[in-house]
Amino acid sequence: MSGMRDRVAALLSAHDPATTGRLEFLRARFDAGLAWVHFPVGLGGLGAPRDAQQEVDLALAEAGAPDNSPRRIGIGLGMAAPTILAHGTEEQRLRFLRPLWTGEEVWCQLFSEPGAGSDLAALGTRARRDGDDWVVTGQKVWTSSAHNAQWAILLARTDPDVPKHAGITYFVCDMTAPGVEVRPLRQITGEAEFNEVFLTGVRVPDAHRIGEVGAGWRIAQTTLMNERVAIGGRPVPREGGMVGVVADTWRAHPERRTPELHDRLLSLWVESEALRLAGIRLRQQLAAGSPGPEGSAMKLGFARLSQALSALEVEFLAEDGLRYDDWTQRRPTAVDFTARDAGYRYLRAKGNSIEGGTSEVLRNIIAERVLGLPTEPRSDKDIPWKDLPR
Amino acid sequence: MNLLYTEVEDELRASVADLLGDRASPASVLAQIDNGADTALWRDLARIGATSLHVPEHLGGQGASYRETAVVAEELGRSVAPVPFLGSAILATAILTHLADDPAARELLTRLAQGETTAALVVPLSSWGPTAGGYKARSVADAAAAEVLLVPVEGTVHLVEARHAVVTPVTSLDQTRPIADVDISGAPTTPLTGPGDEAVHAALVAGAGILASEQVGVARWCLDATVAHIKARYQFGRPVGSFQALKHRVADLWQSIVLATAAARHAADALATGVDVDIAVSVAQSLCSAVAVRAAEECVQLHGGIGMTWEHPAHLYLKRAKADEIALGTPGRHRATLAPLVDLPLQSTP
Repeated sequence: MSGMRDRVAALLSAHDPATTGRLEFLRARFDAGLAWVHFPVGLGGLGAPRDAQQEVDLALAEAGAPDNSPRRIGIGLGMAAPTILAHGTEEQRLRFLRPLWTGEEVWCQLFSEPGAGSDLAALGTRARRDGDDWVVTGQKVWTSSAHNAQWAILLARTDPDVPKHAGITYFVCDMTAPGVEVRPLRQITGEAEFNEVFLTGVRVPDAHRIGEVGAGWRIAQTTLMNERVAIGGRPVPREGGMVGVVADTWRAHPERRTPELHDRLLSLWVESEALRLAGIRLRQQLAAGSPGPEGSAMKLGFARLSQALSALEVEFLAEDGLRYDDWTQRRPTAVDFTARDAGYRYLRAKGNSIEGGTSEVLRNIIAERVLGLPTEPRSDKDIPWKDLPR
Repeated sequence: MNLLYTEVEDELRASVADLLGDRASPASVLAQIDNGADTALWRDLARIGATSLHVPEHLGGQGASYRETAVVAEELGRSVAPVPFLGSAILATAILTHLADDPAARELLTRLAQGETTAALVVPLSSWGPTAGGYKARSVADAAAAEVLLVPVEGTVHLVEARHAVVTPVTSLDQTRPIADVDISGAPTTPLTGPGDEAVHAALVAGAGILASEQVGVARWCLDATVAHIKARYQFGRPVGSFQALKHRVADLWQSIVLATAAARHAADALATGVDVDIAVSVAQSLCSAVAVRAAEECVQLHGGIGMTWEHPAHLYLKRAKADEIALGTPGRHRATLAPLVDLPLQSTP
């Protein structure tokens, strides 16, 4: 890995973070292959093992280099990029990945619909071919970042006459195109982090199709698997994330401690530490080239723990737990589950077991794909999408 | 920190699993349940080196580490073979390794490592934290089969020939781990030089850390057996494993075993390297104890009526899991140990 250190040093000497503009530095970092080292050369990477990234990030942070605000562009980094890399054309990779990584272009995800949540494959947004374009009409929902996004990854139905999984195609959609309307969707926290997106006759060039026509469902699996790893599998130090916030609250208030809360906190601390270790194990498996199915375990554990920890914190805070910081409809541009006050964290955590696949769907996936249990009998599998009851 | 299994560890697992598969399948363990420790199997485990992996070569062992020993513990948990692994190969061996400056300790350690004899640490198996020791102890693991007893008394560890002590086997909840009450009053003893309290502490920590891997093995067997059963069992015209009510329960169990595996590997790695040992061991014990018990309880429940029968081996795992939960500190005691180590005290120190 000393090669990495040399490359970092070369980047820093050619582009001193103290005197280089933020965007200029990020572009240079991408071009040096130090953006995501496991990506191919020429696309921000070096074809290196994934775990070499941590050393690069650490060295650059120590040198005071700017980062690409990963919380602001999480959907691009965690979902769009791995999908474009795996299934896009070389032209698409070269066009999209660099500004995606530098944060010049923010991405969102147009997957879920009012009538297609856990049963995502039932989605009804239609894309009809018209010359070199596709014309897209439909409604999407739960779209974080849509109000800041230049681009979206989009699933749309291109063939309603075949069973639901077979008639879906994967596109990249320009969020500034005519016919795209973004409306805030207010949540239980009071803020509007998500949106409804209405698509009315939106023209998407065929050059922005990812993969074959009708291959959208298979390609979406890449996105969804990466989403789950992105949500649950970030490398964190001991007491990183929600457990650290709650532990600090505990330390700050000796007068509120009770034996019952103490044992609950320690149980959750232990589980958080084990989840962190399982994440390290998962990354070691990825680096060793033998990815395990632990990714879905990470997301399931993360959701449960952030809910239990934030719930404990509100209870622990007693009279302060009765208060809420602010119910006004904010429009955040970055997602931070540990932000604001305990009440916000408690309410926001409720989304963790819903977004990116509900915990119930994840349990089905684990049971069927990891443990090999049979699926529930399904009545909709071989019926053309247009004939499904709805 | 490596939390994976190395190739060498995978090979070791395969050879231990082969031996146990031949000689200690759950059905054969059940058939011989009244016979106490399986000494023939123990000798064969010693012959392939599986009982002294973490003992240095110059003391007669294999010169590997607790990482490899933990893999053996996992397989022994999976088979619930009645062998004195925890009592002799872990607890007694750890004490003697700590006191290896004493010639008598060294001599016994070599004999243990070569599988010539077995020894037991005379404290209740439930011990955790500062342990006073004494001439009498109840519920001592693997004492009935032991030829030599290691008895901590007021800061010194004494070596006592078992034939001079009163060792009374008692009926064990865990049928595959025999326990006995021990009384050495009036027996001739050889006091071992060296810090006895420290040696006992080190043995309990090593025991608790390795026990976590055994618990992972217990839990994995329970999950595997349960999944196999609900795939094969038909009710209402379909495998019961196709019902989400059951699928979600085994998915949650699998998820908790993923966490337990990471925690147990971390504890074994910490014991091998000496880094972060106390936190790693108590995290692993707090979690793996509970996961093994839940796995065994789910195994009984999801097998339905057959899970409640004597002829199905699920009960051996339930008994092992429940006894392991008490062994070397309950989850609650390990959390109490953790509290000051991770700066989460109940009361602030003035």
